[in-house]
Amino acid sequence: MWDYSDTVKEHFFNPKNAGAVAEANATGEVGSISCGDALRLTLKVDPETEVILESGFQTFGCGTAIASSSVLTEIIKGMTLDEALKVTNQDIADQLEGLPPEKMHCSVMGREALQAAIANYRGEEWRDDHEEGALICKCFAIDAVMIEEMVWANKLRTVEDVTNFTKAGGGCAACHEDIEAILEKVLAEKGEKFDAAAMPVKKPVETVAAVKTPLTSVQRIKKIEEVLESLRPALMADGGDVELVEVIGNTAYVNMTGACNGCQMAAMTIAGIQQRLMEVMGEFIKVVPASEMKKLVNIEVA
Amino acid sequence: MSDIYLDNNATTKVDRAVVDAMMPYFLEQYGNPSSIHKFADGVARGLKQARQQVQALIGCEHDSEIIFTSCGTEANTTAILSAIKCQPNRKEIITTMVEHPAILGVCEQLEKEGYTIHRLPVDKCGRLNIESYKKMLSENVALVTVMWANNETGTLFPVIEMAELANAAGVMFHTDAVQAVGKIPMMLADTKIDMLSLSGHKLHSPKGIGVLYLRRGVRYRPLLRGGHQERGRRAGTENTASIVGLGKACELALQHIEFENTKVKAMRDRLERGIIDSVPHSFVTGDLNNRLPNTTDIAFEYIEGESILMLLNKAGIAASSGSACTSGSLEPSHVMRAMDIPYTAAHGTIRFSFSRYNSMSEVDEVLKVMPGIAATLRKLSPYWSGDAPVANPEQAFAPTYS
Repeated sequence: MWDYSDTVKEHFFNPKNAGAVAEANATGEVGSISCGDALRLTLKVDPETEVILESGFQTFGCGTAIASSSVLTEIIKGMTLDEALKVTNQDIADQLEGLPPEKMHCSVMGREALQAAIANYRGEEWRDDHEEGALICKCFAIDAVMIEEMVWANKLRTVEDVTNFTKAGGGCAACHEDIEAILEKVLAEKGEKFDAAAMPVKKPVETVAAVKTPLTSVQRIKKIEEVLESLRPALMADGGDVELVEVIGNTAYVNMTGACNGCQMAAMTIAGIQQRLMEVMGEFIKVVPASEMKKLVNIEVA
Repeated sequence: MSDIYLDNNATTKVDRAVVDAMMPYFLEQYGNPSSIHKFADGVARGLKQARQQVQALIGCEHDSEIIFTSCGTEANTTAILSAIKCQPNRKEIITTMVEHPAILGVCEQLEKEGYTIHRLPVDKCGRLNIESYKKMLSENVALVTVMWANNETGTLFPVIEMAELANAAGVMFHTDAVQAVGKIPMMLADTKIDMLSLSGHKLHSPKGIGVLYLRRGVRYRPLLRGGHQERGRRAGTENTASIVGLGKACELALQHIEFENTKVKAMRDRLERGIIDSVPHSFVTGDLNNRLPNTTDIAFEYIEGESILMLLNKAGIAASSGSACTSGSLEPSHVMRAMDIPYTAAHGTIRFSFSRYNSMSEVDEVLKVMPGIAATLRKLSPYWSGDAPVANPEQAFAPTYS
């Protein structure tokens, strides 16, 4: 059985806003019956203010699909359509106090139903812009389609390449056999052969030059910023960001924002940033969330 | 009312008498059966008795045909790999589309290594076509591996007849009988089955113990080498307590086999009838006239299995589902897909599987809550309106693929 939070259970056992809204003027229908999850979201939107007055859902799906639908209808009530468009699937997952990686697609389905309903209200056509495949890396919730696309686009050759570009396989490593199978398949399509010992593909972001001489404090902070800047595109691809708050001794305090904030993977992301900083700076650097700065600094002062 | 366990095809409660039989092998007779001292002198006798108890349940000719393994999966893997190693010139395997992953996974891997795998399809009731099977048998086939009973629907395959046909064509025959052993009577000595897998935890013995039956004279290559245990056919120190436990469990299963096919079957039938009568748009999957006595698999249309299980669990009832969500995959159960059950029903299949520990009053408890659970979820379903499905459900709700 999945390890569901109490909030997921609460929304599943006592769903809010179940059923279709009477006199709805926006409808979004998304999902896949073959995969077992589909959702119809109906909204009543005030034509003057574009405020969502009422929202209702009808869902065919598992406990998470129903809970995600229920919590979505609560989140968006009272929002304007423009505000509602900013709701991410991470917002839905956060409201539910987190979801197992295998179930994150239910929160994605919620966001897409919302986008589809708003497009319907505005007379636009909504198209899904992503395809979802079988979940390969359970640590970072990366599916087969995503890995295949990255292998194609970046000419990846080894499992290590795939981990560098997608994070897939960077956790428990149990999925390395599956990643090799994807590499074999894609490389065969390109007329190449998979070789586990192939040279790694250089990742474009790894261009920050390593530090050789001692730095002043200002130079040091600038260099740290430079490293964070180089990592930013990868974070932003996941809908997140990082901000340097303070550097005290060998500790760098950072703010994880956007999707990184509250993400179950935040700790691993921070570990990755720390690793990269140490490689470039050539010294031990500890990266700590800024939320922990106050108490730590107080201890130091005391 | 205490909690109701109707998931006995997944695993079973260990019988108290089995636990009692095992205890001395943890605390007193814990010696290695190969040792020459008094901590071990009763162990060999315990193992021999267990071997005879298994022999009696499956009706094989010699107790030396029993090889103890760590589980049903090990027995299956050993059987398949043995068959192909013995016959390196035969590059084909015949199996079915509805086998357990413990068979399909090994076959998929062999396919990557160059083997041709013939997967027999099933009809809407889950039955095989024996004529097409006959045509596949040839001197290129290393092994036929076909399950005795399906774990999801309980449907029985005619393995005795299929083994005869394989034997006549000079092809080795293995059956994964993990779900069948202990639930239906069998007399392997009278069949042409060459190898059979069984698993202890499906019949009230502990997890982590299984058996590969290997008919005397059948060519064989071990999976695990490096020890004389099991006459050199499965190296590794014997799991003595569990082997003794499995022996006891087999003895008890043999004593209860009539109970299983009368009383347990009556409970299953009453639950099945009651649900079909009280929940509209529900139907039983599989071959209704040819099934295990303890299993029913019911499809509830327009709702999803994991949701049903969560509400059943809240009511203190344990069952399982063929939906995609419960397996963490993107597709509903391969068994439902092979039977061509539509997606709107396949995701809503619930398997109730009984054991001799269940009672009629438990059946009545399930019947009390099941109609309400289906109605609650259908209220949320885009395919449902009021008391019935919407007209033309597939057209009325056609979500954008996402």
